[in-house]
Amino acid sequence: MAVEVKIPTILRTYTDGQKTVNSTGSTLAEVIDDVDSRHPGLKDRIVESAGLRRFVNVYVNDEDVRFSGGLSAPIADDDVVVVLPAVAGGAH
Amino acid sequence: MLRIPRDQVDEMIAHARTDHPDEACGVIVGPEGSDQPTRLIRMTNAERSPTFFRFDPLEQLQLVKELDAADEEIVVVYHSHTATEAYPSRTDISYAAEPQAHYLLVSTAESGREEGPVSVRSYRILDGQVSEEEIEVLRP
Repeated sequence: MAVEVKIPTILRTYTDGQKTVNSTGSTLAEVIDDVDSRHPGLKDRIVESAGLRRFVNVYVNDEDVRFSGGLSAPIADDDVVVVLPAVAGGAH
Repeated sequence: MLRIPRDQVDEMIAHARTDHPDEACGVIVGPEGSDQPTRLIRMTNAERSPTFFRFDPLEQLQLVKELDAADEEIVVVYHSHTATEAYPSRTDISYAAEPQAHYLLVSTAESGREEGPVSVRSYRILDGQVSEEEIEVLRP
């Protein structure tokens, strides 16, 4: 079975409105590249220079990948990846 | 135009006052596509700051899972400004991530935690563009 990737509202313009896309890969980086190959532009919104964009959280089976390897985090079949931009703001 | 029940407005104001001088934040959710705010959920401001807010990430993850399972979506994202007016800042605009949502601001700059004037205003934020909209407060 594939990896299931949950797409946040703001990024569904890249996925023709789909909330979930299937993917393959054995690391988070591979999964993101795979999804981006079919939905160009998505990777740019999640990754910058060498790692995850600040204020974007990615979870694999509810675990924040920042604690399990970042872009190298291992991914297995049937894993669920959730991409979540922070909801944030400031006074200035 | 945001149509919103009086008790939800009152709850947001109460939350903003309680958390003053830190920024308070939360959402009001409703059925997907309804544009109808039905359930207010206070979120924890992980920054605990008078000048910045960020939804606690685990709370946000939990929220997103609940909404997905219930076919609900975020209708309103609200937060408070405690020393500035109820207008989206540049930072607010740069982080706006729910294109379908109404962005509601409460300012407690005038009255802090006490009874007294607060400002409540609503906006749409799309691709970095802000437009203010009317609020119609519904009475039960």
